[in-house]
Amino acid sequence: MIDEDIFVKRLEENFMELISIAVTDLPANVEETLREALEAETSEIARDQLKAILRNVEVARERRIPICQDTGIQMFHLGVGEDFPMKAELPIIIAEAVREATSKALLRPNAVHPLSRLNTEDNTGSHVPYIEWDLLKGNILEVEVLPKGAGSENMSALKMLNPGEGLKGVKRFVLETVAAAGGKPCPPYILGIGIGLGADGVMKLARKASVRPLKEHSGDPEISHLEKELLGLVNETGIGPMGLGGRTTALAVNIEIGHTHTAGLPVGVIFQCWAARRAAARIYPNGMAEYLSHEVN
Amino acid sequence: MTPVSEEEVRRLRVGDALYLNGIVFTARDEAHKRALEYAQEGKVFPVSAEGLAMFHCGPIAQRMDSGWRIVSAGPTTSTRMEMFESGFLDRFKVRIVIGKGGMGKKTTEAMARVGAVYCAFTGGAGALGAEAVQRVRGVEWLDLGMPEALWILEVKDFGPLTVAIDAHGNNLYDEVMERVKENLQRIYANI
Repeated sequence: MIDEDIFVKRLEENFMELISIAVTDLPANVEETLREALEAETSEIARDQLKAILRNVEVARERRIPICQDTGIQMFHLGVGEDFPMKAELPIIIAEAVREATSKALLRPNAVHPLSRLNTEDNTGSHVPYIEWDLLKGNILEVEVLPKGAGSENMSALKMLNPGEGLKGVKRFVLETVAAAGGKPCPPYILGIGIGLGADGVMKLARKASVRPLKEHSGDPEISHLEKELLGLVNETGIGPMGLGGRTTALAVNIEIGHTHTAGLPVGVIFQCWAARRAAARIYPNGMAEYLSHEVN
Repeated sequence: MTPVSEEEVRRLRVGDALYLNGIVFTARDEAHKRALEYAQEGKVFPVSAEGLAMFHCGPIAQRMDSGWRIVSAGPTTSTRMEMFESGFLDRFKVRIVIGKGGMGKKTTEAMARVGAVYCAFTGGAGALGAEAVQRVRGVEWLDLGMPEALWILEVKDFGPLTVAIDAHGNNLYDEVMERVKENLQRIYANI
């Protein structure tokens, strides 16, 4: 058994490092997909937007500065092994890492009281940072850091459709949401769609879909087909990069489904801007980390 | 180059690309709100804004021994300021507004009336924005919090900026959305 203080310190350092790489280093598959979008784009304005995005990604990586100033509300997704030490302390350790990252100007202080708008100045507050847990077998901690800005988050939508509206109703609601959002969620974005469960569950499905790594498709052939069809339709709208017109409005459309009540057809939509920041690591019971999403020296 | 004259900005047309040199100040929701309240109460706005560029941005700033350093500074969604912007333009006569996502009818009309343009800066380009900042001239209203404060910045080759609303009532976003609406009619018929 290692010393508790050393363990906590290692965890804090690893969470800090994860935040740092998440906000400064865009995952390679996102950058690659943006390059493909640039090749497919013919409009000069759209090409300029994509070129600026790609140059920005390079500058941020080289200088280790945040890709986007909106570093979001910090969201952590944990898969906690049942035998991982000090499980109950994780929210406190994570909050400390977030405070530290804020003091080092890696994170903009974004957390405010919803009504008084008073900024806590350290990105912590009630339910913030936001942590989701899954329980796993074994003694490993899987961590995913997902910084999410407000520009795309503000365009989220939920609709409780009548079952009679069916698949056609689902497609129409998605396209209406895309049209209403226009250029505001920083296209080209990843569109996360949840279908099924209830009002809260469907948004969780949409969230899960919005953070699915690019080039991964639904394992269900019918849903995978629907993802492809909707991607085509969303890009046919012509909204384009930053809403200035063009062929690439979405980089991907991802769908997660859950069974639902026989009287319901909930649909949730969550936009993930092109700055689809994500960092993941596996942490061992001694507090040492293996980084999964990025190469870390 | 800012400060810029009304005559100069009226020469710009939707679709023009430019890079900016000069003075830019940031202002978001809370700063717009307070600026208009101050104007009503006869209090002084701390930036002499006429002819300058206003950037819808809440930067990440770091306090150094030598003063402030801008770490990341891309645009925020401009439509949140739509409810304030026409009043702001009439009162303070900024000539260039920089943001992302576009603005509405009232702002487009105010820009034609006052002589101002709206430029799109690529959403998420915080690192590019920060790279263009040569110096932080000052910060006002820091009590609103780092993102909402007024940051007064000297910039060099700030961009790429695309004129998306000009001083003649043209709005590139509206033009794109008109085409999107037409496309949607066709798409809806086939789903």
